[in-house]
Amino acid sequence: MIEFKLPSLGADMDEGKLLAWKVKAGDRVKRGDLVAVVETPKAAVDVEIWQDGVVHELITQPGETIPVGTVMARLAAAGEAPVAAPAPKSAPAVTPAAAPVAAPTGAPTRHPVSPAARKHARELGVDVERLPGSGPHGAVTVEDVEKAAKAAPPKEKAPPKKEAPPPSDKTLAMRKAIAAAMSRSKREIPHYYLSQTIPMQRAVDWLTAYNEKRPLTGRVLMGALQLKAVAFALKDFPDLNGFWKNDAFEPASGIHVGVAISLRKGGLIAPAIHDVAELPLDELMKALADLVRRARAGSLRSSEMSDPTITVTNLGDQGVDEVFPIIYPPQVAIVGFGRLAPHPWAEDGMIGAVPAVVASLGGDHRASDGHRGARFLAAVAALLQEPEKLA
Amino acid sequence: MNAEEIRKVVLAELKRIAPELEDVQPAKPLRDQVDLDSMDWLNFLVALNERLKIEIPEADYRKLGTLDQIVDYLSAKAG
Repeated sequence: MIEFKLPSLGADMDEGKLLAWKVKAGDRVKRGDLVAVVETPKAAVDVEIWQDGVVHELITQPGETIPVGTVMARLAAAGEAPVAAPAPKSAPAVTPAAAPVAAPTGAPTRHPVSPAARKHARELGVDVERLPGSGPHGAVTVEDVEKAAKAAPPKEKAPPKKEAPPPSDKTLAMRKAIAAAMSRSKREIPHYYLSQTIPMQRAVDWLTAYNEKRPLTGRVLMGALQLKAVAFALKDFPDLNGFWKNDAFEPASGIHVGVAISLRKGGLIAPAIHDVAELPLDELMKALADLVRRARAGSLRSSEMSDPTITVTNLGDQGVDEVFPIIYPPQVAIVGFGRLAPHPWAEDGMIGAVPAVVASLGGDHRASDGHRGARFLAAVAALLQEPEKLA
Repeated sequence: MNAEEIRKVVLAELKRIAPELEDVQPAKPLRDQVDLDSMDWLNFLVALNERLKIEIPEADYRKLGTLDQIVDYLSAKAG
């Protein structure tokens, strides 16, 4: 049996609410299929499954909020006979040879408590171990903690809390998620920051000519070219592309660039475009436009949320000269781009004005050093001098 | 399509991209009134292109600073 668990959809998520299943018992699914819609603090996410199989049992009910890692459904693996009912007969415990070794990791004996619930309980003085959980397998959720705290008699007359006018739940959840991820980043990651001014005349000329021949729907933004340059440069800098986990750097297998997208109602989300270095520029632009549209409509896929290997943030349109970007853990680097604007530029003893952009890097000093970071920015700058290579 | 109809289309598409937008001052630069990044701008022009069947070369973006300018530009091309 395959256990389908709620995946982590970003460092700032420790629980999610199942909105709907997209499959039912008996359905055959294959790797990459969307099986469930889960609400996170940042968006409703279409969750994909990464194994082939037949849905045996849906455990989590729509409307339930469950901690990351909770088994939401069980599936029969491809080749495994779909089990009609868990019937532990006296048959010898032999798994069919064709079944991959996906043995259940053992049901939790004590009821799980999400990290958020545990933290919240500490703040409110609630003993989580004694709480009945309302989640599956008796999991204790933040809501359970809050209920318990409300039910408990007040120890003393608490001073009336001064509270800002309550923003909508969604805005609040979004701010909390950003607060959690960014606080962790600033607390745990020793950042180093570097920046380099990149002359962009060649890139501007090339892109202007490229777009001239194209209809509106085929036009490419400078932001897409910059993304491609970052991804291309990363091929030679695997130490900036990956994750810091368990006190060690884990290089990522692909270059999946998270794109920081601001949402109109406030807040920020940074889902990934996959294998950016391999995408032709016009496809990358389509993927970018599609990602921005879906992020703002609140319709993203779990793989986009969970696997960015580096992030790029572009605030040039807002007019800033330079970004001092904060790493999104567990990633180890983030690249920022400022405004594309005329800069005074000296070349061959002459001063002129050329379009230029300041690219900056926030690097995790545990995983890399400024020397590497500097070489990486230089590589990005060099690639933008040969934009045709990025097409 | 006359200028008034074009203005309606332009405003409708603008509000689809920036739902928070209320009143647009027609002679004031749009970017001072609406938070439009380059992706929003491109999506806005693509939507106009789809509805009005008017091609807008990149070189003409600079002529499209205000609502009035956009309406004038599109009216001239439509006419």
